[in-house]
Amino acid sequence: MDIHAAREIGAGLAVIALAGVGVGIGNIFASLVTSIARNPAARPHVFGIGILGFALTEAVALYALLIAFLVLFG
Amino acid sequence: MAAEQQTVDALGQFELHPVLGPLGTELHLSQSVLYMLLASALILIFLYAGMRPRALIPGRFQAAAEMLYEFVYKMADDTIGAQGARFFPFVFTIFTFILVGNYVGLVPGSFTYTSHIAVTAALAITVFVVAVIVSLVSQGLGFFTHFMPEGAPLALAPLLVPIEILTFLMRPVSLAIRLFANMVAGHVMFDMFAAFTILLGGLHVIGPVLGAAPIVVNIALMGLELLVGALQAYVFAILTCIYLSEAVATH
Repeated sequence: MDIHAAREIGAGLAVIALAGVGVGIGNIFASLVTSIARNPAARPHVFGIGILGFALTEAVALYALLIAFLVLFG
Repeated sequence: MAAEQQTVDALGQFELHPVLGPLGTELHLSQSVLYMLLASALILIFLYAGMRPRALIPGRFQAAAEMLYEFVYKMADDTIGAQGARFFPFVFTIFTFILVGNYVGLVPGSFTYTSHIAVTAALAITVFVVAVIVSLVSQGLGFFTHFMPEGAPLALAPLLVPIEILTFLMRPVSLAIRLFANMVAGHVMFDMFAAFTILLGGLHVIGPVLGAAPIVVNIALMGLELLVGALQAYVFAILTCIYLSEAVATH
């Protein structure tokens, strides 16, 4: 198989992991919205943790993107 | 950036070369060094000029400088607790260095020094070493009892302890890669959509009309990168505070 074709296929396979990250981020913000809806006064408390959780989950997405870049361009 | 045939050279923007002509070649100054000096100068000038009035009721500039200080101080104090003031300068330096580095890199034609794994790994390893040293100094050898979670049956120890140690050692790795990958992904996407603009714009009649679409995407992407720059600085700083709070906790 052509090396360039193999690289493109590998990069495409690597980003399948983003499905899990999408579910995770949706989960975080769903519970964030629900908790603020139940108790609007809690917003300053939960918002910081929600943003931290979002950033940590997005980091996993970027690990997958990093592998894709390494496969594609390395 | 090459915009011919199939490939778009999206990673060439991260290459380093000497700047400032003969001065740069002699001193081995790359863009990374230049922009780090610029970011440090900006932070120091912002704080110095902001606090010069020393008014009790702050004007707008002084209020901005105080807001930055209080934001990071509150973060360090809330997370680390009583010893927060001890580590505040460290956390503040890391937060503002990453924040200004991310934002200076968004100016067209400049360079994002946080998009190099060398820089982010250096910051992450610094945080890790500081946390380990503080742990050993404040808890002595009791630090190693952290790796055996309380309440877990002793029979599971050969399984749990290596996993805990591995999780602990992954901290600087994840810190470094999170910041580095966020910055690289953002700038690579800028480059790709800019290349699409040029590729589409070269078409015969409808080119200039179609070429406007990637520009709109780039504008939206710039908004996202403004958010991500601040978010990544905040996440790095809050994780630093969390690791330090675990380090100083005695039980």
